[in-house]
Amino acid sequence: MNWIFGNNINTDLITPGRYNITTDAKELAKIAFIEHRPNFAKTVKKDDFIIAGNNFGCGSSRETAVTALKACGIKAIIAKSFARIFYRNCINQGLLAIVGETKNIGPNDKIKIDIKNVPPLMTKLYETGGIIPYLKKNGLDSLKKLFLKT
Amino acid sequence: MGQTIAEKIFSQHVGKKIYAGDFAIAKLDLVMAHDTTCAWAIDPFYEIAKKVWDKKKIFIPFDHAFPAPNVQMAKLQSKIRKFAREQGIPITTDGVCHQIMSERFINPGNLILGADSHSPTGGGLGALTIGVGSTDAAIAMATGTCWFRVPQTIRINIKGKLKKGVFSKDVILMIAKKFGPEGGNYRVLEYDGETVRNFSVPARLTLTNMSAEMGAKAAIIEPDEETEKYLKENQRPYIFDKKSLWSDEDAVYEKVMNFDVSDLTPQIAEPPDIDRVKTVEDVEKKKIKVDQVFIGSCTNCRIGDLDVVYKMFQKNDLNPNVRTIITPASKLVFLQALAKGYIEFFTKKNAIILTPGCGPCLGRHGGVLYDNEVCVSTSNRNFTGRMGSPKALIYLASPATAAASAITGYITDPGKYL
Repeated sequence: MNWIFGNNINTDLITPGRYNITTDAKELAKIAFIEHRPNFAKTVKKDDFIIAGNNFGCGSSRETAVTALKACGIKAIIAKSFARIFYRNCINQGLLAIVGETKNIGPNDKIKIDIKNVPPLMTKLYETGGIIPYLKKNGLDSLKKLFLKT
Repeated sequence: MGQTIAEKIFSQHVGKKIYAGDFAIAKLDLVMAHDTTCAWAIDPFYEIAKKVWDKKKIFIPFDHAFPAPNVQMAKLQSKIRKFAREQGIPITTDGVCHQIMSERFINPGNLILGADSHSPTGGGLGALTIGVGSTDAAIAMATGTCWFRVPQTIRINIKGKLKKGVFSKDVILMIAKKFGPEGGNYRVLEYDGETVRNFSVPARLTLTNMSAEMGAKAAIIEPDEETEKYLKENQRPYIFDKKSLWSDEDAVYEKVMNFDVSDLTPQIAEPPDIDRVKTVEDVEKKKIKVDQVFIGSCTNCRIGDLDVVYKMFQKNDLNPNVRTIITPASKLVFLQALAKGYIEFFTKKNAIILTPGCGPCLGRHGGVLYDNEVCVSTSNRNFTGRMGSPKALIYLASPATAAASAITGYITDPGKYL
C-alpha cells in the first residue's frame, strides 16, 4: 500500500531525537513515525511506498530517518521534492527517492517505477544496496568513477 | 566567467575552475561528526577503511547529550570513544560543535563537512561548511574527500540600521518567513549589505545557522575586517584580502534578493514551522503563558547574547512560573560569562545553568517539555516533538524576546525591558 504524507515531513517526525539513540536498524524500524503516525511501524509491509508532498526529509541530518524507512521495507519514497541531506542519504543507502507529482496518488493505487527515469547514480546504488557495499566491492578509488562518470 | 565565493572555494578544493551545476570530488579541510552522527558513521567506516585519512583533520565533539543522560546515549558515546582511541582522535566536550569549530578551526576559504544539519553556521566566517549524513562522513573520514554538485547561489542583500531590541535573529526570522522551509533547498545563501557588514561574527553566525532551516546546502558571508578581528581574538591570525575570496562582479546568481530592515520589529516563529513568523508585538496580545525559556544552542548563546540577557535581568526578576534555562554555547562562552559575573548572577536569579552543549534543543535531556507546555527558545527548530512531547509548543525568538518572556511569564516584546 501507499502511505500518504503532506509537505515538510521532517526527520524529527520520522525518527524523533528522543528515540533514535541506537545504531541498530531493526530498532530504528520500530520507531519510524512513532508519534506522527503511530500505526506505521506496526502495519507497514515490505515493498510499501511512501507518497509525500514538498520537502520530504527536511530538518536534521540524522541518517536514521533513511535507515529506519529502509529497514521497514519501504520500496521507494515518491515526493514532489526532497530536502537535500535526506536525498543524499537516500542515494548513499540505496533507497529510491523519486521526484514526481504525487497529489493524485491514493493509498491503494498500484505503482510501477520505470527505472529508466531514475537518475543513474541512484539506480546503481539501489542495485548494489548502497554506497558502502559498492565501495567495499570496488575499492575507495572507485568513488571517482561512480560520481563523475555515472 | 566570474565566480561566486562558493564556486571559488569549490574550485580551490578541486584544482580547477568549476561552476554551479558541475559535479566534483573535492578535498576537505576538516570533517566533523558528533556524539550521535559519529556513532552511525563507525560501522560504515570500518566496512571500507582501517585508518582515517588524517586524524588531525577529524573533529569529534560530544555535544548533543553530554554528559550522557541515559544508557542508550552512554552506549553510543562508549562506541565513539573506542573508535576515537583506535584512530588517535581526541574527543572534545567543550560545547556545541558549530560554536567550537568557529572558535578554533574554521578559516575563510575552507571546505568543511559536518555530520549535522546546522553545519552552514561556519559560513559566517567566509568558509563553505556543509551538512551531510553519517555515510558521507564515514567516506570523508576514510578518503578526505566528498562528492558535490556545486549549488546555485542566492544573494541576499540586507540594508538598514536595526532598531533597539532588534537583532540578527529577528532579521533571519523575517527572511525565513519569506523563504519558507524549502526556499533555499540545494542552494548557497550568500549574505551581504551594510546590515550584515555591521554585524559581529557571532551575530553573523546566527544568520548562517538558521539558513539550514530554509534548506540551504551552505550559507556564506564574504570575510572582511570583522572576520579578521574575530579570528585574531580566537588566536588565528588572518589577513583579510578582498580579492582572493569575494564573489566576482560578474558572478552568476540564481537570484538576488534585497531587504531593508530599518523598520523591522522583534520577530517570533510560531510552532511547528520556521516560516510561521509574526511580530512579537502581535503575539504578545494573545497573552500566551510560558512554561520554559531556553537561551542556548548554536543559534544564540554566545557572550554577546548573554550581555543582552544580563542587562535585562539586572532590572527585573524572573517569573517564578517559568523555568529559565541558560546553556552557554561553549566552554569559552561559559568562562567569559563566569569572568563577567553572569554565572553567579543568573544562578542567584534562579535561572538554570546547563553544561555547554546543545542543551534542550533536541529534546534529549536537560529541559524536556511535557504536553501543552510552551517554550520560548533561542534555538532554530520549532518542529512538533522537537523538545519533548509532540503536544508541546515551541516558539523561536531572539535572546532579548526570550529574556522578556522569562520576566513576565508570557510571550513579550523586549522593548520595555531593555
